[in-house]
Amino acid sequence: MITTLSAVLTGLPAAEAVEPVAAVAATGAASAAWLLILLPLLSAAVLLLAGRRADGWGHLLGVAAPAASFLVGAIIAVQMLTSPVTERVQHLDLGSWITAGTFDLRVGLLADPLSVTFVLLITFVGSLIHVYSVAYMAEDVNRRRFFAYLNLFIAAMLLLVLADSYLLLFFGWEGVGLASYLLIGFWNHEVRQGHKVSGDQALDNSVAAKKAFVANRVGDLGMIVAMGLLFAHLGTVSFAGVNEGVASGALSTGMITAIGLMLLLAAVGKSAQFPLQSWLGDAMAGPTPVSALIHAATMVTAGVYLIVRSQPIFDATGDARLVVAVVGAITLLFGAIVGCAKDDIKKALAASTMSQIGYMMLAAGLGPLGYAIAILHLVGHGFFKAGMFLGAGSVMHAMRDEVDMRKFGALGRKMPLTYYTFMAGWLAIIGMWPFTGFFTKDPIIETAFIAQEGQTWQPWVFGSVALFGAALTAFYMSRLFFMTFEGKRRWEPDVEPHESPRLMTWPMLVLALGSVGFGVAFGWKGRLADWLVPVTGSVEHPAPVLPPALITWSVLILVLIAVGLAWQRYAASATVVPRTAPKASALTEAARDDLYQDKVNNGLLVIPGTYATRALVYADSAVVDGTVRAVARGTVAVGDLARRPQTGFVRQYAAMMAIGLVALVIIVLAVQS
Amino acid sequence: MSLMSYVVLAAVLFAVGTTTVLVRRNAIIAFMGIELMLNATNLALVTFARMHGNLSGQVLAFFVMVVAAAEVVVGLAIIVAIFRARRSVSVDDVNLLKDVRDPA
Repeated sequence: MITTLSAVLTGLPAAEAVEPVAAVAATGAASAAWLLILLPLLSAAVLLLAGRRADGWGHLLGVAAPAASFLVGAIIAVQMLTSPVTERVQHLDLGSWITAGTFDLRVGLLADPLSVTFVLLITFVGSLIHVYSVAYMAEDVNRRRFFAYLNLFIAAMLLLVLADSYLLLFFGWEGVGLASYLLIGFWNHEVRQGHKVSGDQALDNSVAAKKAFVANRVGDLGMIVAMGLLFAHLGTVSFAGVNEGVASGALSTGMITAIGLMLLLAAVGKSAQFPLQSWLGDAMAGPTPVSALIHAATMVTAGVYLIVRSQPIFDATGDARLVVAVVGAITLLFGAIVGCAKDDIKKALAASTMSQIGYMMLAAGLGPLGYAIAILHLVGHGFFKAGMFLGAGSVMHAMRDEVDMRKFGALGRKMPLTYYTFMAGWLAIIGMWPFTGFFTKDPIIETAFIAQEGQTWQPWVFGSVALFGAALTAFYMSRLFFMTFEGKRRWEPDVEPHESPRLMTWPMLVLALGSVGFGVAFGWKGRLADWLVPVTGSVEHPAPVLPPALITWSVLILVLIAVGLAWQRYAASATVVPRTAPKASALTEAARDDLYQDKVNNGLLVIPGTYATRALVYADSAVVDGTVRAVARGTVAVGDLARRPQTGFVRQYAAMMAIGLVALVIIVLAVQS
Repeated sequence: MSLMSYVVLAAVLFAVGTTTVLVRRNAIIAFMGIELMLNATNLALVTFARMHGNLSGQVLAFFVMVVAAAEVVVGLAIIVAIFRARRSVSVDDVNLLKDVRDPA
């Protein structure tokens, strides 16, 4: 049955080539797109400015803002669905931002199928996570501030996806970075009442926040350089202007490749891809809803959005595209290998996020064939990964903030709702038919096997990596699921796991529905891809180097084998999972240590950087300060010399004046004669 | 009598005044030396005025006298103040404004 389905189910876009649609002026609901951003922004401002006075009702306002944005987004989406395809890319001009001479930078929003898809994902998943946070953060004395930051994040993320120029996008890009920093380090001070935070934890959390911030700055450098190159060569940074400029051939291929690589650097930083991936694991220091919203469903996928949005640039440069795909493939394996060894449930999920975004990057790197399926997997991933993070939060809630899976086990019976919702997410991510992952990840693997023009080894490498990654995904997710919910109980006798309150289980249930149904609803028959055609365009896709049916079957069989292996090792009745991590092979030990990414960064960047800084400090004090000090010493010495004749004897001064006068007279006379 | 004699007299008076200022410790005497120097200058000015046949030198001599009168008032007041404070009019005793190796 699956054989016949696969070709239909792949979700590949329409077979005939279609060009992207040009933008028209926004009408109707789309002209109110600014409301989307304004509502959460206002809410954040109110919550931050009102202070403790808002503690009583702050969380209600915090939940209402993204929900209202979702309503506006839904109205825009419905209007877009009912309008003809040629009018689906709508541009809303909001006025002039920076004016300097002939240069006039306008600020505007772009409401098109791509941005509206993101708007719906962000506000829908965001609203659910806000609801969940009401209960999850109930004991926290700073819950109002938490909601203020979450709303700030939603506003910045919406600005990021709605922006009509790279500069405005960058504004939102930095905004989400700031919100991410604030929320990772949310518990950055000792708290003794309600939700307790020890001083050591607080220190670790702030270090994690700084690490994320700094790693993101490295990526931002790429964004700034890319914008600089675009502005220098095209005089514009708006998407429309850049599209035109690239199409007109005003840029050399090398320049386009450079811009593409710089954009990739930005994406790599934001999306925690190789080699800037090390911050994501530490970012799990933040409260779990933050991990679900920012570090799984939305912000970390902004890199993929950037690549897809910069489609005209990447279409024109196969080299940059190849690098994107290679980065995606490396990260895909990297994250999966790390995920197989982590015992911290949140860090295992973070590694999985990294790996799944690797899939999206790989798809985006495949060019016009892959843009739509990258977005498809991104949205599906938003549902199931957010759902699983909320499930992990629910488990932590029940287990007194324990995150070590070796101290879980057999939780399924204690928390049935968490168990079943997590199971939906698990089946979705491993790509089990008919769950979401099957319809979103399978197309990526199939497309990776397609040989594009002039490619020889690429389809085989990318395809095998994607295939192998799917097996690894199945293994580590099954390991996580079995260690947490199946097998024998390993928790302390005095811990009494219990199901979470309804405010937490309802969002999990809704996301579980998404994990089950999103793939069929939007992936099947390429519905989402068709919807995205006005933005991504569509090309004819050649057949993969292997028959699609063979690929689909191989994936499913590998997944089943991996699940079986995980069951046998972590859940079967005969196995005992040790409560402390046993000694293991070199690869496992390396994976537990994030494949030494921190050590590599330390060795390559931190330590040389420290020495470079010390050398500069030394040079500063020796050369720069040294010059100033030498001048000062010279002045003092001259002053010392001038001080000597000052004896305090008036007659001596008078004698000197007399001698000087006589000397002057003699000189004058001598010169005159 | 040639005008040159007046110039020589002025020079001699000036030298005497200078020497007085340089060698005498008593402030009053040193002050008198200064007055002598001023008057030597006056004499020279008046002489040159006569020599050149215009009045600039004589006018200048008046200015010097006015300044000298003012200077005597201020100078004597200072000397009296110093004497009251220190019971001495020796200029060598008034030597506080000087290079101090170790300011404390």
